[in-house]
Amino acid sequence: MESQLPAEFIVNVDHERCRRCKRCMINCSFGAIEFKDKVAPNHRLCIACHRCATFCPESAITITENPLDYKYGYNWTPEIRKNILKQAESGGIILTGMGNPKPYPIYWDHMLIDACQVTNPSIDPLREPMELRTYLGAKPECLKFDGDSACLETEIAPQVKLDIPVVFAAMSYGAISLNAHKALAMAAKRMGTLMNTGEGGLHEDIASYASNIIVQVASGRFGVTSKYLNNSALVEIKIGQGAKPGIGGHLPGEKVGEDISKTRMIPVGTDALSPAPHHDIYSIEDLSQLIYAIKETTDYKKPVSVKIAAVHNVAAIASGIVRAGADIVMIDGFRGGTGAAPMVIRDHVGIPIELALAAVDERLRQEGIRNRASILVGGSIRQSADVVKAIALGADACVIGTASLIAMGCRVCQKCYTGNCAWGIATQKPELVRRLNPDIAADRLCNLLTAWGHEIQEVLGSLGINAIESLRGSRERLRGVGLPQETLDILGIKHAGIGQ
Amino acid sequence: MRIDAKGMHYRPLNKIIRDAIAAGEKEFELDNVGGQRYIGGGLNDSVKITINGTPGNDLGAFMNGPKIIINANAQDGIANTMNAGEIIVHGNVGDIIGYGMRGGKLYIKGDAGYRVGIHMKEYKKQVPVIIAGGTAGDFFGEYMAGGIMILLGMNGKSPLVGDYVGTGMHGGVMYIRGKVDPYHIGKEVNCLELNEEDVKLIGSYLKEYCEHFGFDLNEVMSGKFTKLVPLSHRPYGNLYVY
Repeated sequence: MESQLPAEFIVNVDHERCRRCKRCMINCSFGAIEFKDKVAPNHRLCIACHRCATFCPESAITITENPLDYKYGYNWTPEIRKNILKQAESGGIILTGMGNPKPYPIYWDHMLIDACQVTNPSIDPLREPMELRTYLGAKPECLKFDGDSACLETEIAPQVKLDIPVVFAAMSYGAISLNAHKALAMAAKRMGTLMNTGEGGLHEDIASYASNIIVQVASGRFGVTSKYLNNSALVEIKIGQGAKPGIGGHLPGEKVGEDISKTRMIPVGTDALSPAPHHDIYSIEDLSQLIYAIKETTDYKKPVSVKIAAVHNVAAIASGIVRAGADIVMIDGFRGGTGAAPMVIRDHVGIPIELALAAVDERLRQEGIRNRASILVGGSIRQSADVVKAIALGADACVIGTASLIAMGCRVCQKCYTGNCAWGIATQKPELVRRLNPDIAADRLCNLLTAWGHEIQEVLGSLGINAIESLRGSRERLRGVGLPQETLDILGIKHAGIGQ
Repeated sequence: MRIDAKGMHYRPLNKIIRDAIAAGEKEFELDNVGGQRYIGGGLNDSVKITINGTPGNDLGAFMNGPKIIINANAQDGIANTMNAGEIIVHGNVGDIIGYGMRGGKLYIKGDAGYRVGIHMKEYKKQVPVIIAGGTAGDFFGEYMAGGIMILLGMNGKSPLVGDYVGTGMHGGVMYIRGKVDPYHIGKEVNCLELNEEDVKLIGSYLKEYCEHFGFDLNEVMSGKFTKLVPLSHRPYGNLYVY
């Protein structure tokens, strides 16, 4: 069947300026640029990744959305019409990548942070100590000291130190390239934070970064061995992912090459299927069984995290997770990224992380168990301000996936699932992976975290506090703008204009 | 080392075993075991553990080497994500045994519960093997990605195996001694007759199995087996559109 779908983008080449160096053609990994005496774009194949435009020495390329207008219809948007055409031609589930791009409310942008004026002094972070350090893990109810020696008697659960309250999100080797994994591991080590293997196992080249690595155990149990569990800073059980709550994952067989096969411990060319549920977890009691299986295997030396997608009943689920013995609850909001997910799930399932976080923190406090677990949140943390707001809402630290990919060069073209990533990130093709220099990418990641660290310090200074831990759950320092009362109640914040 | 596990919580019991292994102990006999979980969990050494009594869930989870003999029934989650080693059960077992198992052997004298060998997988020389002498419940080999499962049905019970056998199967092979009605079998599975190589393959494992439990190999092999393999290594390859 010949496709009736129009091109999404138009590649405009200024032939006056073009010096016919073919660099654009060489750089385009989607085959959208050919050369027939002159540069000849195949508009239909362009996905707007900007690789050609970035590497054109004459800046002769621009990419525009196809101006082909559809008859106006508020209801039948061009996107919906295009999706129907696509499915009428194929009969397939529409697959997509990255996070939910739909215009749902972004509550971060409706929250404003307080600052000191006149009656309470702000702090200058450039000249005064300002601590961003925090620790992930279960905290005791209270501390007991020996009366005579003043030695601590309370047994402290294992803790993982973060020098900055931002960790890299779970992205598997398979979804992203080994060079991207290396860059994340190097940056995590240098910045005193963590990267997360995702569910694809741990490549031997980054095994030496163990103390900065979260190893994940998902339903497919790829590459999970006792050595893998012990070679880590902490272990995370993946129950759900914000971009695709309640469904599993399929890494297509064509991406399972020699190296991925070795890391995932499955034969070359087989689909790596992660079932939707862990088949040994049908209840909180079952979850507890796996948490303690991991604790037994790691001799109670590693905190165990449980990652869930933010769904309607997230607060009760999180309470169950904490009671099941998890040291960390990781909540992934509905705008969280993915290497591949059905569009229908990514765009329509789950709830925003801001509301989920507020609900979970509040519930755990009400039940008196907030100390028993740290809360990590992700699902579109875009900037340092989001980190500050999340911590004020009650998070211990934030998780960044898409932001870290953008730092490495990603242009958020949402084509991760094709394996053709022109920037060498979401691909396994050696000629493309080579494009991402792990050392340079690690520098860029460190720069991003360094910049965010300074910004967070500035905000803390203006708030008049000198440690990130003093901000945690301090919702009095946030105000809402343009939010209805019910939303303000869920977020536990007052509307702007209301003083103390 | 002999340990009386009566009334003991699993945590000290498993710690005693781990500490003793670190000190060089190679052989354990556990008496009066009653439901303690995670025995053998995460152990990497080639030790031998004999269990007298019924061990609890997740026996041998993430295990990588030991040999465990259970002189009774065992419960759920045996050999969860096991990498290497051997578990021999002189009785029946519960549900979800061998989930994500990647290597080693699990020999069961009697019946197995639901969801046996889910997402069992293999990698190069690491081929996990599960043999059960009796019957098994629903979802036998669901999502199976590799390895070998043999179900013998020697206790005369019916049906031999529950519904949804091999649903989502995309690797590995199952041999079921007896006839399996097509409506029990998942749509991703192909039923075949055994060839010479199959007979040789199961013969070698069954010889070992029969030696453990005192069964007559010739009698076991005289039954008619059904071989189940996946129709595709990529069952969902055409589900999506980009």
